[in-house]
Amino acid sequence: MAYNDKVLEHYEKPRNVGSMDKNDLHVGTGMVGAPACGDVMKLQIRVNDAGVIDDAKFKTFGCGSAIASSSLVTEWIKGKTIDQALSIKNKDIAEELALPPVKIHCSVLAEDAIRSAVDDYRKKQKGGANASGA
Amino acid sequence: MKLPIYMDYQATTPVDPRVLAIMLPWFTEKFGNPASRSHPFGWEAEQAVEQARTQVATLIGADPREIVFTSGATESNNIAILGIARFHKTRGNHIITTVIEHKAVLDCCRHLESEGFEVTYLPVGTDGRLDPELLAAAITDRTILVSVMTANNEIGVVQPLAQIGAICRQRQVHFHTDAAQGAGKIPMDVNAMNLDLVSISGHKIYAPKGIGALYVRRRPRIRLQAVMFGGGHERGMRSGTLPTPLIVGLGEACAICSREMVEENARITALRTRMEQGIMNRLTHVELNGHPVHRLPGNLNISFAYVEGESMMMAIKDIAVSSGSACTSASLEPSYVLRALGVNEELAHTSIRFGLGRFTTEEEVDYAIATVVAAVNKLREMSPLWEMVQEGIDLDSIRWAEH
Repeated sequence: MAYNDKVLEHYEKPRNVGSMDKNDLHVGTGMVGAPACGDVMKLQIRVNDAGVIDDAKFKTFGCGSAIASSSLVTEWIKGKTIDQALSIKNKDIAEELALPPVKIHCSVLAEDAIRSAVDDYRKKQKGGANASGA
Repeated sequence: MKLPIYMDYQATTPVDPRVLAIMLPWFTEKFGNPASRSHPFGWEAEQAVEQARTQVATLIGADPREIVFTSGATESNNIAILGIARFHKTRGNHIITTVIEHKAVLDCCRHLESEGFEVTYLPVGTDGRLDPELLAAAITDRTILVSVMTANNEIGVVQPLAQIGAICRQRQVHFHTDAAQGAGKIPMDVNAMNLDLVSISGHKIYAPKGIGALYVRRRPRIRLQAVMFGGGHERGMRSGTLPTPLIVGLGEACAICSREMVEENARITALRTRMEQGIMNRLTHVELNGHPVHRLPGNLNISFAYVEGESMMMAIKDIAVSSGSACTSASLEPSYVLRALGVNEELAHTSIRFGLGRFTTEEEVDYAIATVVAAVNKLREMSPLWEMVQEGIDLDSIRWAEH
């Protein structure tokens, strides 16, 4: 399959590959997909006290489009508030990377990864507050 | 060394320059129709076709009169399977094949099911081989045809044809083998192996695309119903004007295989071993798919755990290979062949087929080893699964959200 230049660019030079401490209260970790389906994305966000995502990291097992989608998402959510990050839709990702129909699920997975990371962060904050209150 | 490197010889092969040279005059000055009986243009074409027929027959120990020229192995499979089934339907309606056959065989069988035939799709072992005992047990008095491939296109596994042939002969069931990948690569003898029908492809053995052959046994005579109707060429089994240049090319390609097979197999097997060991010695969590010994000399199918096949192919874009990953197909299902071997879906997504052949060099193999090792290391650094395994997490213990 011939790839769009933007996918290739992200695939060749993926942004923000790596991991953050998943036990850090400011870090939210999202893991979506399944090995049996051929793609698993791990997205991590670090949220500062102002509620802004000041860092994002990813690791992805998947095809070129899946890697490019996650790389793009880390770029987009950095500097955004949680709510702004949650407003990113799979359609935006698919359009930006010009994904063919058969690869749309990669962008869906990337959107899910943002949600999953935010959920984890919020859960931790709640749990952390309870812990400190107790 | 020229890039990209071609390592997809099970998909197709380049035409051998010796084959092309022999073909060329038959396009222009010697253009006659081999069926023209009334002038020398036809006579010389017919003579060339008959020489090619002998060359094809010799490759598999057959008589030239038993060779029918077709457009390729897909057509040969169609003629053999549909032709036998339809001719012998009053005798029985049961066909036996395996789950790892090429689509050209599986789809013929599926079609015959809609015509009222019953098809048994036998499983294979984890090494990709059919257990002949399983076949023997599946044959009933309604069975008219057994179709088992010579060698598999994805994993290169070679089936025990002689044993299967002996069973079919004893039980008086027609035995067809799709030898698209096997003919010209491994020694075949239609009599020693009791083969009744053999499909041969030109473009897998350095002849052009668009030409193939079907062996149809004469003694005992195998009867089948034609699929293509017309001028009654090829003993009525395949009408249509014979493409002399292509046939001459196929004949020469077969002659070269007959002459050079032993030497060529030794060379290609050594290259494959070099590649396999070069990769295995430098990487962990790597698995060979298919039987380690009973396989085509030029086939190396490997799963690189935690690295998805399509992204792997992008990372080694200077090397032309193919993958069993879902992402390379329209269906999003990983390879049905690997699944049939019991390879789990996760590993099926990480498989790469390296196909070596006549023009593969040691330099190319060494370059490929280095490229593959670097790509796997790079992609594993990006893989959340690899990270978890390094942390000692059992991936099977995770509840994944399958989508």
